[in-house]
This record gives sequence, structure tokens and C-alpha cells, in this order.
Amino acid sequence: MTARMEKRFADVAAEGRPVLVTYFMGGDPDFDTSLAIMKALPKAGADVIELGMPFSDPMADGPAIQLAGQRSLKAGQTLAKTLELARLFRGEDQHTPIVLMGYYNPIYIYGVDRFLTDALEAGIDGLIVVDLPPEMDDELCIPALKRDINFIRLATPTTDDRRLPKVLENTSGFVYYVSMTGITGSALPDPSLIAGAVQRIKSHTELPVCVGFGVKTAEHARAIGASADGVVVGTAIVNQIASSLTEEGRATDATVPGVEALVKGLSAGVRAARLAAAE
Amino acid sequence: MNEAPKLNSFRAGPDEEGRFGIFGGRFVAETLMPLILDLQDEWNKAKSDPSFKADLEKLGAHYIGRPSPLYFAERLTAELGGAKIYFKREELNHTGSHKINNCIGQILLAKRMGKTRIIAETGAGQHGVASATVAARFGLPCVVYMGATDVERQAPNVFRMKLLGAEVKPVTAGHGTLKDAMNEALRDWVTNVDSTYYLIGTAAGPHPYPEMVRDFQSVIGQEAKEQILAAEGRLPDLVIAAVGGGSNAIGIFHPFLDDEGVKIVGVEAGGKGLDGDEHCASITAGSPGVLHGNRTYLLQDGDGQIKEGHSISAGLDYPGIGPEHAWLNDVGRVEYVPIMDHEALEAFQILTKLEGIIPALEPSHALAEVIKRAPKMGKDEIILMNLSGRGDKDIFTVGKILGMGQ
Repeated sequence: MTARMEKRFADVAAEGRPVLVTYFMGGDPDFDTSLAIMKALPKAGADVIELGMPFSDPMADGPAIQLAGQRSLKAGQTLAKTLELARLFRGEDQHTPIVLMGYYNPIYIYGVDRFLTDALEAGIDGLIVVDLPPEMDDELCIPALKRDINFIRLATPTTDDRRLPKVLENTSGFVYYVSMTGITGSALPDPSLIAGAVQRIKSHTELPVCVGFGVKTAEHARAIGASADGVVVGTAIVNQIASSLTEEGRATDATVPGVEALVKGLSAGVRAARLAAAE
Repeated sequence: MNEAPKLNSFRAGPDEEGRFGIFGGRFVAETLMPLILDLQDEWNKAKSDPSFKADLEKLGAHYIGRPSPLYFAERLTAELGGAKIYFKREELNHTGSHKINNCIGQILLAKRMGKTRIIAETGAGQHGVASATVAARFGLPCVVYMGATDVERQAPNVFRMKLLGAEVKPVTAGHGTLKDAMNEALRDWVTNVDSTYYLIGTAAGPHPYPEMVRDFQSVIGQEAKEQILAAEGRLPDLVIAAVGGGSNAIGIFHPFLDDEGVKIVGVEAGGKGLDGDEHCASITAGSPGVLHGNRTYLLQDGDGQIKEGHSISAGLDYPGIGPEHAWLNDVGRVEYVPIMDHEALEAFQILTKLEGIIPALEPSHALAEVIKRAPKMGKDEIILMNLSGRGDKDIFTVGKILGMGQ
């Protein structure tokens, strides 16, 4: 685990609350606005940033993140520019872990070695690559771990006890539990079912378990955060950005403040989580 | 196990990880991994189960109409003045194309696995029609994802699917073609994991699909081999098929791969030419990448974003190709060449007028390559072409381009 990721999870745990992980799409709706969004996230209470790498064919994502990727690509975003976003952010924040999230092909085309070198240089702490299951670990996971970049794996409701050890084997940083079978942006399932699933995963690993897919409001964040080490919010932020744009998809004065307000609310949700759980 | 396929055979792949050389593999979201592993188990069991084989053969003979005829195209041969041209007439199958061979095999697997719902993607609609057909035959509900552009240009097939009881869901994302339909089918599958069987129509996608679809389609080449031996007493000099995803091509190629004297050519959609972006020649003009569960040749930009292909034929309009074709290209066993829209259109008309067979636009591409090569070959040489589908679905597209009938 990178020192930055480890420290952040330990510090937040010491506060007695879950970690707030926030996802947004790099380059959505344009490079400068998304840099401003990224810089605003920790100030609004985000503990870890997931920086989306746009892909033309996001097979595991719902309509909101698909459209965000299209806006970003249309505005000229590339993998090199996404790394540049991280590098510029790192210039003023050395403590917030950054996890790149996306699909394998842009990384494969960029070149795995070159990508890992540039990602380290940009201050990246972890990778989530949706279409690289453990069976494909030689592609990127093992090379990333050798360079001390976390490879964060998704565990899902279809990951049964027989398969879980294989999924966890080369996972580092944290485990991202996908709360349902489905695409990003679907409805949140029953929090009590999620609590059971989180306990099941924790019985197999020492790593923190963060829960995502379907978390949209401060209330969701509080409910999920009662049982998990962290809460991931993605589609709600992407939707907030989308709703602030002009008809042509350009940023407005409301874009960055809208994200700030949403994340502040979510942050209050996770801060209330353990308090509520203890009651 | 990453052992390379043995060089003394071109038919040994894939390895246990589903790789053909560097191509193939299982690049899917974790949610789908257990499903793909289950499918692989069931497929391995079915392969060695005599009752599965018996069911396949029975349905093949009495439902599909196998074996499909091998036809000597006498007038076309005379017109071109060179090699003897034989067609493997997959267009005479039930539903009008080779697609049904694979659909029957996969729906038998779906039944074995206790699945209660079928989803499929389709481009030209031939696979959608074949999926809707077997779903009706086995009493399962079926949802077909089809790009909105294709829904429009392949209207007769959309109507057919609806009559067969399938729900056709138009996909508007991207350019609304086959690639986008496949994305949407994968999203459905990842959501409905317990009930749903994803019936992939081509020899692509994550392992074990490329191998499984190939094996179901290899009946084409196995029959053709016996038939040409019966007709000519020897193997053909050249085997040709059109390649989109590549299922009809791998089906006829695979049984001939280890026959040294047989030259094999796959024909890609050259669209409006390879200079611009309006083509679908993944091997000729693409590069290796990862999409839809496998590594293969793709049309993509320098950032790894997938491009939209173009072809006059909706069935070839896919920016990738099955991984085994990618490998066969790299090891040099199969030659892949592009044919332009206008060449395919010309071939379509030649066959219609000379032989009274209206071919689909997909095999019209293969035919255009036959028309180029046959005159340069000797009269004692033999070409075998896979006539993979009939052209009824394309008559309106072609009529519009030729300005006929309005």
C-alpha cells in the first residue's frame, strides 16, 4: 500500500468514521473545470479521489458515466491529460490519495510500463481497472504492485466464498465492494444486506472495505458507512455536474460550487455514520 | 498455463486461459467472471456428452436443414474463366444464414444451465433473428439489442424478430451499431446475472465464446470438406469467407487449417476505402487492443478509444474481429484482405443475375474477392466460398443505392 493511502485510511479510522471516496470523470466537461472540481473535493470533505479515465466503450457503466465520458472525450481528454490533471492537483495537495478508474485499453495502448512510470510521477496511489479480473493479473496488476501502486479490486455479489480468495489475492489499498449486480448509477439495495456482505469480505481480508454503486445521498452515505470502512460516491457527483451544464454541455458558474455542496452533504453523512451506528 | 499453441497444428488453440497467442483472454468485469467460468464448465461437460451431440445433430438435420448443399457455380465459373467455384450454401439454412448453427448449440447449453432468459446483440439482424427463433423454439423470452442505425437499415429483420416474440431494444449510444449493441447487452448481463444467458453471435468476446462459437460453426467446414472430396476427389486450393466478427469464416476455415495445400483468405469490409475512417478492416488497418472481453485487432485512435466502423453491410460493421482470426493473421496461416462497398455491391448483382442467388451483403464481400482471384487461377483449380447468408434483408438497401423500384 502506498504510504499516502495507508495513512489516510488510518487517520480517518482514528476519527471513528468511514472514508468518503468520491469519483468524477477526468476532463468532464473540460480539462480546466475538472481540475477545479478535483481541487474542490478534499476541501469539501472527500478523503480519497477516484479519477475517471474516459473510454469510448464503458461496458460496466450506466448512462450518467457513459455521457460524462463522451463529454470528456469530445472536449479532447486523453489518458496523458488525465495524468496531467493528477500531477497539477498533486502540486497543491500531497495527502489525498488518487485512484485512477477506468478500462484497460487506453492503458494498454499507452504502454503499461510507460503508464506506471508516468502515473507514479503524477502522484497516483491506486488503480481500478474494471475489465481486468484476477485471471488477467499479469497484464497490469502484478507490474503495478511491483512499482508500489495499489491495485484495487472490485468484489461483487457474484463473488462467492469460493472465488473471494482469488479476488483478494493481489488486491491492495482497499477492496471496493460493488453493492449490486449491475451497472453504475442503479438503485441502492437494502443496507442490511450490504452490511452482511461487508462482514463476509472482512472475514477474508485485513484490507479496508469500501462500498459503492447506488450511493447518492448523505443518508445513503450514513447508512452504508455504518458497516463499511468507506463509502464511494460516483454517479451522484457526475449527475450533479451534468445538471449544471449549458445545453451545449459547457461548464457554468454553478458547476464547481454544485459539486462542493453535494460533497459537503455526503461528508456530513459519513461523519454521522459511526455516531449513528453506536447509538 | 501460457503454453503457445503447438506449431505443428493451427487447430490447437485456445489454451486454458482462452488465449490464441497474445489474443483472446477474459477481459471482463468481476461480476461476470463467475458466469463465464460456469459457462466454461458446462461447455466442457457438454462437449463430451453424447446426448448433447445427439441433440445438436438431430436439430441440425431436422430444424436447420443440415447438411447445407455444396453448389458448383457453373455459370459464374464460365463467366470468370478460371478456377472452379463452389459455394457452401449456408444461406439455405433455416433463418437464412449460418447464425442458426451457433444459436442452436448455445440455447442447448442455456437450457442445461437452467437459464430462463436469453439476450443477444445483433448487427445485420441475422443473429438476432436466429436467437429469436431458437428462443421461440425452446420457449424462452428473448431480448435483442440492436443499434438504432441498424434497426432502421435492417427493418425486415426487426419485424421478423418481433413476430418471433423477441423484444428488440434499439441502442442509441455511440453510432448505434453493433459495437454499441454489444455494450448494452453486456450491461444487461451484468445486471441480470442469475436468470440470463448471453447468446453471443460471433466468434469473439471473452473465453470460452470464441472457441465455443467456432466449434458450433465448424460444422460448415467439416461438411464442406466431405462434400468437396465427394465432388472433386480432392481438397480446394482456396477457401474464402467474409469476416466481420468472423464466425462464418472461422467455421469454414477451421477444419482446413492444417491442410497445407489449402490457401485461406478472409475478406474484411473496406467500406469507402482504408484511407479515411469509413471502413471496418480491423486487421488490415487496425492494431491490437482490448475490447468486449478479448484482445484482438481493433479500429482505435492513438489514445485507445474505439472508432466506429463503416460498411455497407451491417453484419461487418464491427470495429474488432474474433481473436483466433487475429492470431491466424499474425502466424501467417490466413491472409486478410479488404473489399470496398462498391465491389461488394457489384458482386451482389453479378451473383443474382448469373446464378439466381441473392446473397447477403456480407458474403458479397467474399464473392468480390473470388471474382478478383478466380480469373487468375487455372481451370483445374478449386475455390470454396462460404455463402453465409441470403440477401432478402438487403434488397431495400441495395435497391435504394441502385435507384431501383422507386
